[in-house]
Amino acid sequence: MKRLINLTPSRGGRWLLGLLPFLLLAMLYISLSNARLAENPNDRLLPTPANMASTFYHLATAENARTGQIVLWADTFASLERIVIGVGISAFIGLIIGIVSGGLPILRAKLSPLVTVASLIPPMAILPILFIAFGTGEAAKIALIVIGVTPFLIRDLQGHALRLPDEQLIKAQTLGASSWQVLLRVLLPQLTPRLLNATRLALGTAWLFLIAAEAIAAQEGLGYRIFLVRRYLSMDIILPYVAWITLLAFLLDQLLAWVSRLAFPWYHSGEGDNA
Amino acid sequence: MSLLAAKRLEKHYGNHVVLENLNFSVEPGEFVTLVGASGCGKTTFLKMLLGTEAISKGSLTLDDQPIPNEPGPDRGVVFQKYSVFPHLTVLGNVMMADELHSSKLLGKSFGAAKRRAIEKAHARIDEVGLDQALDKYPHELSGGMQQRLAIAQALMMRPRMLLLDEPFGALDPGIRQDMHVLINRLWQEQQLTIFMITHDLKEAFELGTRLWVFDKTRHDPQAPEAYGATITYDLPISRDRPSEALKEKLQQGGLQTHTQETLL
Repeated sequence: MKRLINLTPSRGGRWLLGLLPFLLLAMLYISLSNARLAENPNDRLLPTPANMASTFYHLATAENARTGQIVLWADTFASLERIVIGVGISAFIGLIIGIVSGGLPILRAKLSPLVTVASLIPPMAILPILFIAFGTGEAAKIALIVIGVTPFLIRDLQGHALRLPDEQLIKAQTLGASSWQVLLRVLLPQLTPRLLNATRLALGTAWLFLIAAEAIAAQEGLGYRIFLVRRYLSMDIILPYVAWITLLAFLLDQLLAWVSRLAFPWYHSGEGDNA
Repeated sequence: MSLLAAKRLEKHYGNHVVLENLNFSVEPGEFVTLVGASGCGKTTFLKMLLGTEAISKGSLTLDDQPIPNEPGPDRGVVFQKYSVFPHLTVLGNVMMADELHSSKLLGKSFGAAKRRAIEKAHARIDEVGLDQALDKYPHELSGGMQQRLAIAQALMMRPRMLLLDEPFGALDPGIRQDMHVLINRLWQEQQLTIFMITHDLKEAFELGTRLWVFDKTRHDPQAPEAYGATITYDLPISRDRPSEALKEKLQQGGLQTHTQETLL
């Protein structure tokens, strides 16, 4: 018998082992749900999968009588628009400031303390300020995501910029590069894949701020819907919505990973198959 | 007129003297190999040539001008590692110098300028024998091939002198031999002036036309930082004289230095 640390599952076995916890959780849920529904058929807390599926199907296909929109897609597009714009703005600011402050010591000295302090401000605490300043429209929600995510991206990228070997900056200079060219041809291309990586990590935070902002003031959106139907204990909507948000978050994450692998093959050389 | 000259050159950090009393002049076409114990200031010296370390005292001139205080295209460099750009292919790495030169704004050339850059880069890549690996990224190359690439890249600018900081230190002995042949050929063909730091005395004798040994001449046990290293031996190496004889000559001189213990 091999030692435990040397036992590795086969390819098929790995899938099976990965699936197992999900199956166990599903079985647990179904048995609990059955038990509750057996006692009280109108129980709303743990709806049956069939019930959830039909509600979700209804949300995904039926037009709202008042607005003429299909609820699920309207919510999804509203939320995705906010998160993509918010994270996009954050990534852009993060990349520019990260490169400039990582590459130019003079600016780093000026910017670093500000970024450090800014990153410590709890973004949720200034949400009221954002609502006052931008109103309760889209701008405030996007601003919350930007404020919440950007300092993290800046600090991460600045760190990576500082960790680039000095040899590379020196080499570029011996090839005749100006400061601008060093930023453009050495720092920018090497930091972009790291930005994508950092953005993947920041997406979780971005979703948190998005849903929080939507819960407080919105007319549509995934977070808005969940908090709206909470009043009616509509677990048959909340649970599929949570699953849907999780799926969207997973797809966004995988999209970034895929873009990164496609555009920056050299960056992913060292990490094997578990990108 | 000498290419590079130093007069009473000194480098210290605060009270810590690293290098002192360096006097030399190097003619174009010389191949200077630098040896010495670890931490004796060889790399600091190379950094002064590069311009990343400031001079504390004395003078260091390149073509009779004070050496610039930042790296520039007149001094090419190959480090032990991290010398090539990981995000560029072999061709991209070698083209870089040309592209930076022809496009100040974008640092990237297009159309006819790009074709010219590719042609020039091809010639350089052929010289170092990487013509089969044009589209490979550095991580797909072996250590020896990466150093070949770094050399090709550094020579694109036709620098006044080429600085090598233990360029072959991390390579296997067999590969190292190939690299010696390569650097020797490039040096002869292109009449380069080369400064090479090495830990391998055999390498230093084999490649160089001139050997510098860095060591401390004075040592105060109470204040080890008070005196710095200097060039204790400045030996011309003739190619036809076997290196063994030189080593013996060194030893006959009754040298009881730290360098000797570690190197010979």
